[in-house]
Amino acid sequence: MSEVRRRLASWDSIIILLTVLVLVTASFGVPNFGTGRNFTFLVLDLLPILLVALPMTFIIVTGEIDLSVASTLGLTSSLMGWFWNNGLSIELIIPLCVLVGAVLGAFNGFLVTGLGLPSLAVTIGTLALYRGLAFVVLGDGAVADFPWNYTGWVTGTIGGGAVPNVLILIVALALIFGVVLHATPFGRSLFAIGANAQAAHFSGIRVARTKFWLYVVSGAVAGLVGVLWTLRYSSARADNGSGLELAVVAAVLLGGVSIFGGRGSLPGVLAGVVLLAALQNALRLQDVSGQALNIVTGALLVLSVLLPNIATSIRASWHRRRLRQAAAH
Amino acid sequence: MTAALATKAKRPVSLSGLVKTRELGIILALAALVVVTAVSNPRFLSGQSVRDILLNTAILAVMAAGQAVVVITRNIDLSVGSVLGLSAFTVATMMSANPGLPMIVAILAALAVGAVAGLVNGVLVRFGRVPALVVTLGTLYMFRGITYSWAGGQQVNADELPRHFLQFANASILGVPWLVLIAVVVVGGVSLIMRNYRVGRELYAIGSSPPAAELAGIRVARNLLGAFIVSGALAGLAGVLFAARFGTVDAAAGNGYELNVVAAVVVGGVAVFGGSGTVWGAGLGALLLTVIGSALAVLDINQFWQQAIVGALILLAICADRLVAVRIARSLRKRDSHV
Repeated sequence: MSEVRRRLASWDSIIILLTVLVLVTASFGVPNFGTGRNFTFLVLDLLPILLVALPMTFIIVTGEIDLSVASTLGLTSSLMGWFWNNGLSIELIIPLCVLVGAVLGAFNGFLVTGLGLPSLAVTIGTLALYRGLAFVVLGDGAVADFPWNYTGWVTGTIGGGAVPNVLILIVALALIFGVVLHATPFGRSLFAIGANAQAAHFSGIRVARTKFWLYVVSGAVAGLVGVLWTLRYSSARADNGSGLELAVVAAVLLGGVSIFGGRGSLPGVLAGVVLLAALQNALRLQDVSGQALNIVTGALLVLSVLLPNIATSIRASWHRRRLRQAAAH
Repeated sequence: MTAALATKAKRPVSLSGLVKTRELGIILALAALVVVTAVSNPRFLSGQSVRDILLNTAILAVMAAGQAVVVITRNIDLSVGSVLGLSAFTVATMMSANPGLPMIVAILAALAVGAVAGLVNGVLVRFGRVPALVVTLGTLYMFRGITYSWAGGQQVNADELPRHFLQFANASILGVPWLVLIAVVVVGGVSLIMRNYRVGRELYAIGSSPPAAELAGIRVARNLLGAFIVSGALAGLAGVLFAARFGTVDAAAGNGYELNVVAAVVVGGVAVFGGSGTVWGAGLGALLLTVIGSALAVLDINQFWQQAIVGALILLAICADRLVAVRIARSLRKRDSHV
């Protein structure tokens, strides 16, 4: 019973409920929100944030952070254009870009785990470095002539209906990451690392190696998203996805993952991403500027940590009062 | 007694020597860069070029001083770019509506806007027990969103602003532009307070070990609020300097500045773990970043390299900090083992 109540009161269930509420209200209250066409756009809009948020959740659960993801996306997008201009085939370019992403992630991972540098500072550094290299590769130009069957696949839907092709990719990756985090020993070890890295080390978890590979995966996924982003807008540009890292971190924290590590769930994160994307989409349909939505995003982000804190302190003071009353009797 | 004196004199020297190498490194890098650039193109050291570099540094250095104070307490303030935008737009709107207001009112208004924003950050961090990274990421969005919904796509143009406001950016006394003078006073003043005054030392203590500082009787809450208010107020001040220098202000003013500010602070030798580094080091960091930008233009190197170099410098700076920290730890351990 108390387990059920604890579950219901936890932030991830609140955020999931809130997301369902927003989706239902918007479907009935906002004209055109519930249409198939809008669903397609909604999925395409949340694709980059959601995919990058999956490995980001893992990294934040272990108590680290990766702010360089959007720049990795930009650099792979630039390289994709550069490779294409140099006559490589698209079938070769796509795995190559994912590989480049993995290498960029490995560099982060080496600096954080090999040299023991703070991940916040390291990834702020590589945020600037990778974005800078993206501009070095492609300047402020754009490459746009990618083959239409690939760009068409990314923006297209299954059988011409409302379900976009990329949803298959989203569902598959979300399932894999979800199962790994919540149903494998490896997933449990991530929580252990985040809760207390030293204790995890003493219980036989290879802390440094695990973190290193998380950065590699994060880079590879960012590289994949760089490819998808380029194909979706049919434009390889050095500034693609700039600023996306803040939206991803905001969505992950909004989903109830603790910035200190050791706490969080993937369903919560998915709800956080969907909530932000749906709010943005619904407000845009009502002609509210997307920038004004920033206020809501920021407030939700702060509240996602503030409210549980307040709840905890209220509960603690109740507990103290009850103890005092018991002592008085 | 001589031995006691010798050890007493030796310890501070070796420790401060280690710290000094950090700022010395920046000065050397700066000097090398200036010499190389000036040799290949003497125009780099002309009055106009130096003036431009200093003017460009001023805004960044003012914000870096505030950021350094926050980072020294083991926190971070990512909202400074948005605070700059909010303050710049507030002041520009105010001055275009009331052209008769003197400059000092504009500066005070900007400081006030920034201080309130900083207070919000500080209260949420300290009393809401929300990590600074989360709070200031949230307020980065919120302050920017407020500016956007207020501005609604409009901008304040230079021709709507009073003449004395715009002249402020170019006016100078004894050949030193006001903007540069303000930056020097801010960086120097804050450095002095952090180095020599009780409140400054308490901020360092908080950054070294927050629980120990609390146990030592330091009023952590008051000091932390103060640090965030200073950072906010200085970002606000940077806003009025921005408005005066560029004349045209829209809701996107200062977008993404937080990255440059944090870069200047980290390159300037303020460790993100808190408790070490100096404010004038951060000021030097701001100068170095700006000089790199100008040097690339003068040396005719592809300007797109600038951001990549900034990134590489940040990484280099953290590695250097790590090296110094490891060396200090090793020397401390050695000394302990002798006792």
